[in-house]
Amino acid sequence: MLEFDVVVVGAGHAGCEAAAAAARVGARVALVTMDANDPGTLSCNPAIGGIGKGHLVCEIQALGGIMGRVTDQAALQMRLLNRSKGPAVHGPRAQVDRRRYRTAMAQALATEPNVAIIVAQVTGLRCAGGSVVGLTTTQGDIAAAATILTTGTFLGGVMHLGDQREAGGRVGAAASSLGDALRDLGLPVARLKTGTPARIDGRSIDWARVAMQHGDDDAAGFDGMSGRDPQLPCGVTRTNAATHQVIRDNLHQSALYGGHIASVGPRYCPSIEDKVVRFGDRDGHQIFLEPEGYDDFTIYPNGLSTSLPLGVQQQFIATIAGLERAIILRPGYAIEYDHIDPRALAPTLAAKALHGLYLAGQINGTTGYEEAAAQGLVAGANAAAAALETAPLSLDRTNSYIGVMIDDLTTHGVTEPYRMFTSRAEYRLRLRTDNAEARLTPAGIAGNLISAEHRRRFETATTLRLAARQQLDDLMASPSRLQNAGVETRQDGVVRSAFDWLRFPMMTADAVVKVWPELREMPTTLLESLRVDSSYQSYLTRQDADVASFQRDENVELIQNLDYRQVPGLSHEMADRLIAARPVTLGAAGRIPGVTPAALIALLPFTRRAA
Amino acid sequence: MVSNSGKSCSLRPCPSHHSKPSCRVTASTIAALASGRPPSAVAVVRISGPTAAAVLAALLRGPPPPPRRLSLRRLLDPDSATLLDTALVVLFPAPNTATGEDLVELHLHGGQAVVSDVLDAVTRHPGVRLALPGEFTRRAFANQRLDLAQVEGLADLIAAETSSQRQQALALAGGALSQLADGWRSRIIAVLAEAEAGLDFAEDEADVADRLIVSSNVALSGLVDELETLIADSGRAARIRDGLAIVVSGAPNVGKSSLVNALSMRDAAIVTPVAGTTRDPIEVPINLGGVAATLIDTAGIRESHDLIEQEGIRRARARAADADLVLALVAADDAAPDTGWAIANKCDLGERSHPQARFQVSALTGAGISELRAALTDWAQAVTRPGEPALLAHARHRAAFADAAAALQHAAMSADLVLRTEDLRRAAHALGRVAGRVDVDDVLDRIFSQFCIGK
Repeated sequence: MLEFDVVVVGAGHAGCEAAAAAARVGARVALVTMDANDPGTLSCNPAIGGIGKGHLVCEIQALGGIMGRVTDQAALQMRLLNRSKGPAVHGPRAQVDRRRYRTAMAQALATEPNVAIIVAQVTGLRCAGGSVVGLTTTQGDIAAAATILTTGTFLGGVMHLGDQREAGGRVGAAASSLGDALRDLGLPVARLKTGTPARIDGRSIDWARVAMQHGDDDAAGFDGMSGRDPQLPCGVTRTNAATHQVIRDNLHQSALYGGHIASVGPRYCPSIEDKVVRFGDRDGHQIFLEPEGYDDFTIYPNGLSTSLPLGVQQQFIATIAGLERAIILRPGYAIEYDHIDPRALAPTLAAKALHGLYLAGQINGTTGYEEAAAQGLVAGANAAAAALETAPLSLDRTNSYIGVMIDDLTTHGVTEPYRMFTSRAEYRLRLRTDNAEARLTPAGIAGNLISAEHRRRFETATTLRLAARQQLDDLMASPSRLQNAGVETRQDGVVRSAFDWLRFPMMTADAVVKVWPELREMPTTLLESLRVDSSYQSYLTRQDADVASFQRDENVELIQNLDYRQVPGLSHEMADRLIAARPVTLGAAGRIPGVTPAALIALLPFTRRAA
Repeated sequence: MVSNSGKSCSLRPCPSHHSKPSCRVTASTIAALASGRPPSAVAVVRISGPTAAAVLAALLRGPPPPPRRLSLRRLLDPDSATLLDTALVVLFPAPNTATGEDLVELHLHGGQAVVSDVLDAVTRHPGVRLALPGEFTRRAFANQRLDLAQVEGLADLIAAETSSQRQQALALAGGALSQLADGWRSRIIAVLAEAEAGLDFAEDEADVADRLIVSSNVALSGLVDELETLIADSGRAARIRDGLAIVVSGAPNVGKSSLVNALSMRDAAIVTPVAGTTRDPIEVPINLGGVAATLIDTAGIRESHDLIEQEGIRRARARAADADLVLALVAADDAAPDTGWAIANKCDLGERSHPQARFQVSALTGAGISELRAALTDWAQAVTRPGEPALLAHARHRAAFADAAAALQHAAMSADLVLRTEDLRRAAHALGRVAGRVDVDDVLDRIFSQFCIGK
C-alpha cells in the first residue's frame, strides 16, 4: 500500500492548487486523477480572473499559489475590468490558451518534488474508527492522514442535450460513484446544474461581420509576467429577434424547459434559453467569440450556454451576425451533479463529522475555476497542517475574499452555484488586488505556505511601503504651496500631509512630483496603491470598529457537537437555525440569518476563547 | 448625530489588561439605559468603553468625582450648558468593572424626558453610540468579567428585555414604524442593487448602465426628505414635554403685554402707555386644551439708542426665531409680518384694521380673545397630537434613521461609484437595525431579477 501525508482526489483547479499548497507546507502528497492530461484542464470558458474572481487569483498568488503564475504563462489576452469604477473593484482578467495552460500547470506540479501524480479511478474511501484514512483505487489502496476530495461535477454527473442524457462529469469523461460513498458517510448531498455552449470552428466565422475587442496594452499579469506573445482579440456579436424566435419555438425540446432538469442553475450564468424566457423584453444579448489558443481554431461563444438539441443549436447560431455558416465542433450541453452542503464543513474545509476528510471546489456547491482553486489552497494547506501538526491557515472576512467565500459557504450554505462577487464582501474597500500581499502573505508565512524567496520579496516590499507611507505622512504642504508649484486647488488654507493631498483628483503623479520633487523616486505602483489608501481613508477608519468587533466574536469558539435543544433560553426556531449551520465561532453564529442578539447571549456559556 | 461615531476610533496599543492579540483597535464607547423603562423613581444610564470617563467629564463642571465613589453632581448639556439633571454619578476605572472597560453610571431622576435628554447628550460625544441589545453583557464576557453561570442567568433576562422592547415599539407605533423602515429599506436596496450590479458586472457582462445614477439620485433625495420628516417629527415628543413656545411680537406699544395678560388671564406683564416698557422677555405659562405652552412677551422692535432696550430687542428677535408660533401684532400701517399670525389689537378703538390680520381683538375689552384662544388650542393640538405618540420616541430608532439619512445624502453627492455604494450599504444597514437585517442575498436577488447577467 502506498503511504502519503495527504491524498488529493481530482486534478482540476481545486485539486492542483490543493496538492501544491500541501506540498509547500511540507507534506508528501498524492494527486489521484482519472486521466494524466487532466491537470490544468479548463472545462468551460478559456479565461481566468474577472471582477471578484481576479481578487481570488491575486489572493492565491499572495499565498504562494500557482494559478496566477500558470495564467500568466498561458495568457493570450489581458484586460483590467472596471477600470473606470474605482480600485476596490478592479478586475484583472486573462483569456488563456488552453493547451499552454495545461502545459504550464503540468510544469508547476512537476517542480513540486513532494507531489506524486497517480492515474487511477477512486473506488471508495478507507475509514477507520470514524476517520477517513485514505482511498481504495483501481491501482490499489492509498493510506493518508488527510484526504481531499475535489471531484467537481463528477459526483453523480448527468449530461443533458435536449432529451438525451448521459452519465458523466464532462464530455468524454465518466462520472464517479464516490457520491454514494459520501451519502453513506452521512454527508448532506444536494443537486445543482450548470451548462456550457457549443464550440465553433473559427475558420467558419465571417469575422468581417463581427466587432473586435482587444486586450489592454499596459495590463500587468498576476505574477508580473514578461515577454508574452502578441495578444489576440475576441470577437463581439449579438443575438437578435430571429435567434430568440428559434429558441422560443423549440423551448419544449430544451432539457431545462422540457422538464428533464429540476435542479437549480446559476442566475448569473444563465443559458440562452433562460435569457430569452426571463428577459423577453431585450432585443438582443452580447456574445463574445473567445479564441481557445494560439494554435487552435476553436472558438468559445461566451453567452450561448444551452441544453437544446444539436439541430436547434445549429439553427439559432446561424441567425447570429458572423455565425451564419458556423460549424459546430461540439454541441453545448447542461450538466446536473451532486454537491455536499458546505455547512457540513469547518472553515478549514474539513468535514466536521468525519476526521481526516476535506472537500474543495465545485463539490462544495461553487462554480468557477478561481473559486475552486482558492478552496483547494485552503483545504490543501489545512490538510497538510493537520497531517504534520503545524499551524493551520487562518483567513477571515476582514482580510480576504477567500475568507468571505469560505465563511459564506460554511455558514449560509448554497442555493445556487456560488460565485464570487465583490458585493459579498462587507469590507470591500480594504480587500483590493493591489494590497493582496500585504493582507495575506503574513498569514501564508504563518501557515508555512511561502517560500523563502517569496518571503524575502514580500519583506522588502513591506519595508518599502511603510517607508513610503511614512514619507508621505511627513511631507506637509499648504494650498498656496501647491499653487506656487503650479497645481491649482481651492485655497482653504488647510495644511495637509502629502498622504492626505493624494486623495484630491488634481494630484496626478505629475502634480505630486511638481510639489515634492523628492517623490520622483517612488515607484508608480506603490504611489498609486497609497493613493487608494488615502482616498478610502475616512471609510476605512469608520470600518475599524466593525472589524474590531468582528474579530472579537471570531475569537470566541463554540463548543462543537453542542446540543442546541438543551441550551437554556434558546427558542426552537433559533436552535433549528443553529443546528443547520453548526457555526464554529460566536461570530459565525451571529451571521446566520435570523439569529438574534439574545440567542448569542444564550450561547455564551457554551463557548471558549480561541488560543 | 451618530454618523460620526466611528471617527474617533484609532489604532493604538491596547492597555496592559487586554492581553488578547486580537484587540488592536479600540472599541467604541456604548451607552444605554440600564434600569427599567421610565417613568421610575431612579433611572440608571450606563456608559462603557474607552471614552466613558471623557463623556462624564464633558457633562460636569469642575473636577470629576473620585473613582468608585457615588457623588452628587449637576449634569450639564456639553453644548448648551443647560441643566440636564442633578444626579448621582460614579466612575469605575477599568479593568475591575462590570464590563472590564471604563464604566460610568449616572443615577438620574427617572423621567422619560430626563433619560432621553441625557442619552442624547451622551451619544453626541464623538465615538459614543447607543448599545445594542445584550452588548454590555457581551463586552463583560469578552473581557472575562462574567463567569458562565452568571451569563446563563442573564440570557433569560435579556431575552425578556428585547421582547418587551419589541412590544413597546409595536405598541407605540402600531407596527407602523417597522413598516416604514421596511419600505425604505426595500427602496434603498433597489438603488443599492443597481449600484452593486454596476460594480460586479463589467460593461460586457450585463446590460447595466451608468445612466442609472441620475434616476437613483432622484430616488435618494426623495428618501432623504421622507426620513428627515420623520426625524423632525420626533421633536414632537420634546415639544409635548417642554411645552410650545408662542412669541408675541410687534412694534412698541402695539399692546403685546396686554394681549399676553388677556390670553393668560393674569397680570404678568407690566402694561403702561409708554412705548418700550417691556425689555426682558417675559414668559407666562398657559394651558391650551391640555397642551402646555408658554407665552413670551418681548420687547417691541424699533430703532432704539437705549442699550438695555437694544439688548431686549435682540433677544426678542432670537426668541421669535426659535418659537413654535409668532403672534405678530400689527397696526394698520405696519408691514405684513414675515411669519406667524397677524393680529390686529385695539379693535375697540375703531381703528382701521391691517389688511392681512387674521384676528381682530381687543385686549382691553376681551373682544375676539376667546376666538384667538380657541384657534391657538386647535393649533396646539394639531402640532403636538397629544393622543398619538411620536413614531420615533426610541432613541435607538432615531439614531438609526438619522444615520441612514446622512449616509443617503452622502451617497447622492459621491461621484465615486465604490464609495457611493459603501454609503448606500451603510444606509441599508442602519434601517436593517430597525426592521431586521440586510443580507447580501437581498441585494443579489434584486440584481438578478432586474438585469440579465452573464455572458
